[in-house]
Amino acid sequence: MKQRRVDKFDLVFSILGGAVLLFVIAPLFSMVIKTPAADLVATAAEAEVQGSIFLTLWCSMAATALFAVSAIPLAYLLARKQFRGKRLVIAIIDLPIVIPHSAAGIAILGFINRDSILGHAAGYFGTSFVGGEGGIMLAMAFVSIPFLLSAARNGFLGVPVRLEKAALNLGASPLRVFLTVSLPLAWRDIVSGLVLMWARGLSEFGAVVIVAYHPIVTPVMIFERFGAYGLKYARPVAVIFIAVCLVLFLVLRLLARERSDVAR
Amino acid sequence: MLRVDNLAKKLGDFEISNVSFDVGEGDYFALLGASGVGKSILLEALAGIMPPDSGHLFLDEKEITYEKIQKRRLVLVHQNQSLFPHLTVRQNIAYGLKCLGRTREVMRGKIGQLAEAVAIEGLLDRYPPTLSGGEAQRVALARSLAIEPRCLLLDEPLSALDNHSRHELRALLREVNRQGYTIIHVTHDFEETISLANRIAVMEKGSIAQVGSPQEIFHHPKSEFVAQFIGIKNFFHGRLNGTECAEKATLRTGNFTTGDLNLLVYTDQPPGLGHVCIGSDEIVISTGKPSSSARNIFAGVIKDISNTRSGIEVIVDIGREVAVVITPESLVSMGLSYGDRVWIEFKATAVKFFPK
Repeated sequence: MKQRRVDKFDLVFSILGGAVLLFVIAPLFSMVIKTPAADLVATAAEAEVQGSIFLTLWCSMAATALFAVSAIPLAYLLARKQFRGKRLVIAIIDLPIVIPHSAAGIAILGFINRDSILGHAAGYFGTSFVGGEGGIMLAMAFVSIPFLLSAARNGFLGVPVRLEKAALNLGASPLRVFLTVSLPLAWRDIVSGLVLMWARGLSEFGAVVIVAYHPIVTPVMIFERFGAYGLKYARPVAVIFIAVCLVLFLVLRLLARERSDVAR
Repeated sequence: MLRVDNLAKKLGDFEISNVSFDVGEGDYFALLGASGVGKSILLEALAGIMPPDSGHLFLDEKEITYEKIQKRRLVLVHQNQSLFPHLTVRQNIAYGLKCLGRTREVMRGKIGQLAEAVAIEGLLDRYPPTLSGGEAQRVALARSLAIEPRCLLLDEPLSALDNHSRHELRALLREVNRQGYTIIHVTHDFEETISLANRIAVMEKGSIAQVGSPQEIFHHPKSEFVAQFIGIKNFFHGRLNGTECAEKATLRTGNFTTGDLNLLVYTDQPPGLGHVCIGSDEIVISTGKPSSSARNIFAGVIKDISNTRSGIEVIVDIGREVAVVITPESLVSMGLSYGDRVWIEFKATAVKFFPK
């Protein structure tokens, strides 16, 4: 009989890798089991909690959708065109990832407060970004847009240029080539970029809390309950929010996979 | 129909310059050249994928040098698959028709007709990654023909195929050409060229070395490069000396010197610089000194023996290396091997002289 020997290399790496997995799973798991089911049910029934989760989901979704309209064309340009200062542009769009999010929040606040041009414009229409849904969306978009840009750019880089040339050669306009060839072929990466951007946006705390404490998004609510009442009261909200997000992401991933399978 | 005038383009290590030729309506025009000579750049410039640095292009007497790529109707078929992988074969063929704004009815009819013409009726609902190389090239051809191009540009369309598919596709290309489509076909394969083209341009180092019919190119190669490229081995530069008859345009015997070698030539050309070609199948090899009437008789040493498609090629060094083709039977009966001393002979009429 063939004897199976355990490779030392595999063993060591598996132990190291397992430790990391445990580090990610353990806190989340312990949080879930330490939360009594009765608390979860009661918290889920609170109108304030429901409203906050709904607000967070819809603001992050809207921010992603609105900014995708211009982020996807920018990603395409960055993947296809050579121009002066391209590396600088690439460095700039990664900036939101590397700066502290509280600093990002302050920067956005200065950009949209009542004394700024944007603030004046909003005031003209009788609304305000600061302390409003518009401000929340901007803060979410600011910190999350690099994820969409880089995923979409990678997607476009993976589309063979010769296919675009072939489409032009068959008489398609550049816009038609983009819509019928480049976009569908990069779709899988773009979807994963959209999901990442949305996920990053709805989990944002630092930038959002500076721009708008109220209306209260769920990450801010978790922080508020922790500060005011302690760990026990913050936990149910966190667990419910995580569960809702996980279910949504799973559904989205499945939908995206189905679409790209059809496209292949 | 299509006129290329002094086209030049530099792209990285590749460069084409001084490229000029005419393609007539219904021509099957082959651009023959080694890989890396800039053939693909030339096609991309014609298709409008890359604008040339200088020079002009005319289609039906109208300048199209800087015409938008999507307006030219010069359609390129690549060596590598350029079918859209996310669209079915049917959608691929329909792509150009949609760009032209054809109705659903017209598209359906056209697709059916093309699918039948290139024998892909059974593949219409498949996706390109599931097709074989030959099938994919048929689909690519159908997709290009769908928009009724003024001219088809083929970039080594057969080089990635196995022998069987290649033969089938050649027949298909000849059929497409017979139906009146003008074709410009880029290839490095001379055999492919003579089986398809009625006109050939040989490219050397980014420019056109010679343009002509297959017969002209084969029988009158203008340069050593062209001769070598089409498989003519015995090509020598030199000078034709004083001929025995002074009158021009009369055939007479002349004396051609190349290096230390003197060849007798039968020609109607006046003396001067030029080159000669000797068909390697017109040379006779023997182990003893021949006593025939041939006036070009030389002794030499065998430098190489190799198998070729047309027979056994023996390279004999007589001061210049001369290639001789013999049958495998002769090789055995004469017992030739590397380093042997042999004699070769050929008639003066076998030596073709071309003035410079």
